[in-house]
This record gives sequence, C-alpha cells and structure tokens, in this order.
Amino acid sequence: MLSQESLARIDRELTKYPDDHRQSAVMSALRIAQDELGWLSKDTIAFVADYLRIPAIAALEVATFYNMYELEPVGRHKITVCTNISCMLRGSDEIVDHLEKRLGVHMGETTPDGKYTIKEGECMGCCGGAPLFHINNKRMCEYLTPEKVDEILGELK
Amino acid sequence: MANEVCFRTLHLPNPGSLETYRSIGGYETLKRIVTEKVKATEIINQVKISGLRGRGGAGFPTGLKWSFMPRYYDGTKYLVCNTDEGEPGTFKDRDIIRYNPHQLIEGMAIAAYTLGARVGYNYIHGEIWEDYVFFERALDEARAAGFLGENLFGTNFSFDLYAHHGYGAYICGEETALIESIEGKKGQPRFKPPFPASFGVYGKPTNVNNTESYASIPFILQHGGQAFQDLGVANSGGTKIFAVSGHVEKPGNYEVNMGIPFPELLSLAGGIWKGRQLKAVIPGGPSTAVMPAASIMGATMDYDGLSKAGSSLGAGSVIIMDDSTCMVQTLKRLSYFFFEESCGQCTPCREGTGWLYRVVKRIVDGEGRMEDLDLLTDVSSNISGRTICALGDAAATPVLSFIKHFRPEFEYYIQHGRSMVTGK
Repeated sequence: MLSQESLARIDRELTKYPDDHRQSAVMSALRIAQDELGWLSKDTIAFVADYLRIPAIAALEVATFYNMYELEPVGRHKITVCTNISCMLRGSDEIVDHLEKRLGVHMGETTPDGKYTIKEGECMGCCGGAPLFHINNKRMCEYLTPEKVDEILGELK
Repeated sequence: MANEVCFRTLHLPNPGSLETYRSIGGYETLKRIVTEKVKATEIINQVKISGLRGRGGAGFPTGLKWSFMPRYYDGTKYLVCNTDEGEPGTFKDRDIIRYNPHQLIEGMAIAAYTLGARVGYNYIHGEIWEDYVFFERALDEARAAGFLGENLFGTNFSFDLYAHHGYGAYICGEETALIESIEGKKGQPRFKPPFPASFGVYGKPTNVNNTESYASIPFILQHGGQAFQDLGVANSGGTKIFAVSGHVEKPGNYEVNMGIPFPELLSLAGGIWKGRQLKAVIPGGPSTAVMPAASIMGATMDYDGLSKAGSSLGAGSVIIMDDSTCMVQTLKRLSYFFFEESCGQCTPCREGTGWLYRVVKRIVDGEGRMEDLDLLTDVSSNISGRTICALGDAAATPVLSFIKHFRPEFEYYIQHGRSMVTGK
C-alpha cells in the first residue's frame, strides 16, 4: 500500500523510540502515509497500524484526534488558512474572501477539478508573519496580501 | 540591550549553523561541565540563582523543577522539550529552533547531564514543517560533531536527542498531553500527581521544559546564575522573548530584559500601525487576561509587573489591538478556538467551551440577550478549576476579562445587533 520509500521513512522514525514502544512512531507514520496518498482512508490507517504492530483502533484514534490528518480526500493543494486572533487582526478575512472568490469554493471545499482544497486552521505559531497559510501541511506562506496569494496560486501546478 | 541570550547568534551570518554557534563559544560550556564532572547539585543551584522561570507560560522556577527529578533511578530517565507552540500569538520557540537550534541542543544536553537523562525528545509544533526539518538537520550536525550520542567527550556521559513532530493539537502544549502524544496516543492530559518527574514518558522519570528555558541554560552556566538574574528584575530573572503580533508596525520577536516598561516594548515593535491608537493588549497569549490600554501602558513586562496590573506574563505572547478592534467579534474567535481545541476529556471544558462559543456567537449574530452576559460569566466560573488541565481556565479567562473591561461594547452589540466599533 505504501512505497518502499515511505516505509523506509517510517523505519527511520522507529529508530527514535525504544523497540517496545513502536506506537510512538504512529504520528509520523500517518503523516508519511498521508504525504504519499494525499489522505488517510480506513484501509491506510489499518495498514499503518499493522506495520507498527499496534491495534488499528490506536492508529485511528490518533488520526481522528489531530487536525492535520485528512480523513476524506482533499485537492492536490490543500491550503489551510489561519484565522486565529493575530491573523484576524491583520486581515485573514480578506485572504479567505480572496481565496473563495478566486477559486469559486467555500472554506472546507475542494475545487471541482480536484486541484485545490481550502480550509480554516488554528494558530500555526508563526503569528509574526500574519496573515498566513500553509500548503499541504508543509510550506508556510507568510505576510500574505491578495496579490501575493495570486502569485503563490500561479506557481502551483 | 537586546538578543543577549537565546538570540545571541542572530546578528551573525547563518545564525542557525553549528559553525556560527561554535564561533561564539557554543558547546564549550557543555564540554567543560561534562569533562570536569561538575556536580549536578552545583548546576541546579546556579539555575535556581538565575531566577529562570518556565518560559512556556506557567512560570514555574526551572531550578526547583529540576530538583524534583529522582537522583538515583535504575532505568532510563527522559528529557523533553516543549516546542509545541499553539497558544495564539506565540511564535518565539520557532525562531529559536530555526535561528539558534544548537543553543537549545546544548541546553538540553546540559540538563540531561544534570538530571541523568539518557534520551531526549523535542516535541515540535505540527504546522512548522520546514523548521522541524531544519532542527533535525541541526541534530545530525550535533551528532556528527560529537555533542550528542554515546560517551561524549570521552566520558561515560551519553545522551540521544530526537525531534518528535506534532500534527495539530493545541492541547499537546500541556506537558502530560505532550507526553501522551510522544507515546503515540491522543493528546489528553493526565491526572497529576503523579507528576512527570516520577511518571513521565513510558512511565519513567521525565523532565519537561519549554524551548526558551532550555536555550537559556548555556548562558546561565557560562556566565553564572547571578549574571542571568541581573539582566532582569526581582522574581523575573534574565531576558524574555516577547512575541509581538497584531496591530503594530513591526510584528516579531523581541528578546529584551525582563521588566521592560510596556511602552518601550511597543516602540521596539514600531508602535501602533497606521497611526492609530492602542485599545487593548493580551500580554501573554489568550489564556492571560486582556488589558485595556490605560492599564498596560503603566505596566512593566515581568511576572510581578503584569500580575499587579491585573493579568500575567504567560508565554510573553503580546497581542496588540488598535482602536478599530471589535472586542465582541474578537472574543468570538477566541472562544471558537478553545471550543475546537478542547480535548473532550473533562465535561466542564468539553461542554462549557461549546456553550461559551455558542453564546458569544449568538450575540455577534444579533440574537443576544442581556442575560447572556451573566450566563457567560456563570459558565466560565463553572469551568475554571473543575478540569484536569488548564485549558478550561484558559477558555474562561478571555470571556471573563473581555466582558469585565469592555462590557459596554457587549451591551451595545446585544441592544443594536451590531458592533459599536465597526458598525457592522
């Protein structure tokens, strides 16, 4: 279900923890699985659990608790906009409006071509660069303006 | 003076590299302590003298916390660093791990030596992937240079340090939730006692400190605890990184001496933006009480200064609001945050945060009733002190303090169905 490359990355995570505590690697293993497959289906979660030799429910609990895991398919580029206080004070509403208009979908939705999902996020701990969003849980884009948002969208394939 | 402790490489090229850190004497303090076999009690004593208090928000004296770790223990002890910054307005630790990661690593290694910890984890906030990757690279550098791993400096001291990546849960900033998360579980806080010093990661003795706390350690042991204390004021030793966000010209991190008058910090951050007036400040993150302009302008930024002025230092996450800010709408966003992030374990918090959010929302939606203000106060008071961890109290604080200081704005909103400030 996962590529050799992903499995090797999970193996590397496992070296951080004692042999009898393989469950400690579940957060990164789910992240690695999501990076490869885009989202976490029940089957993927069960596969990861099996690989770590932990009960499937233990992996499912983690996948449903932490909010950066996706339990439904998302677009190729998932854009998570922080709207918490520091971003709100510096115009995150304007960024949200701009994204919604530009992409023709509302927060929490995916464009019909499957290219973009936009969603609201909680504080990302980068408030000095507000307003901001991150893409696919990886790339942080700070000091946003509607023009800068257009530029970033233009770069995404 | 600024940037004297955690950000002391910031003015140099490649501030986050091992080379730069070594050029200012980095890792020399660790080497001296380990090779000269400095006594743990002596180190803890210096940390106590330094007046360092937990920089994650609780302000608990670090030296005292260290003294809780069992000295003799037959098994692995753990050291944990909390870089899970999720309190809105907090972004200081991110700059430590990306601009001076080696000072954090050295501070953790000194702590590990002192407390007899064999393995450490730095728990990094999920959203800052690029910084997590950068920190992992710094760990590799430190390992290759012989500052982490087995038999360091040819002694029998060994310490392995790893980065653990969070994935989006504010609650994991609470130390026992963070420990649960390291174990690969939902981040739900544990009942205390037992405290992590006796029952932490995998049930073993564990010391948990904030990033800024650990990163201050090399300075304290290089220059002595007194030198650190002298940078600050009574009860608030040393420097503090203030993360200033919101309506200022230059948002960012400012590492300054404890006790700096608020107006000075504000002017470092370029003052209020767009030539507007200051309306209110949340001085330490939303779990500390909001302060109207008049009370913060006379306050000093340290534990006692802010507590005298009616709030607290928290994590030093200073959120600035100008006179265009509607306090009712702002409270709605904060209340949503605590509702969203409640882990669901304790009923007063799980249900209460939902109540708070729904009632504030109905005021913003123009459906508020005057008795809602008493209801909000009542619900808040019934969460406070009735939960396992401090998230419940944190959710209650903004509600109580916003209504206390800006009641007329709430009353206006209820009477007119729109904001007194924005008219919308």
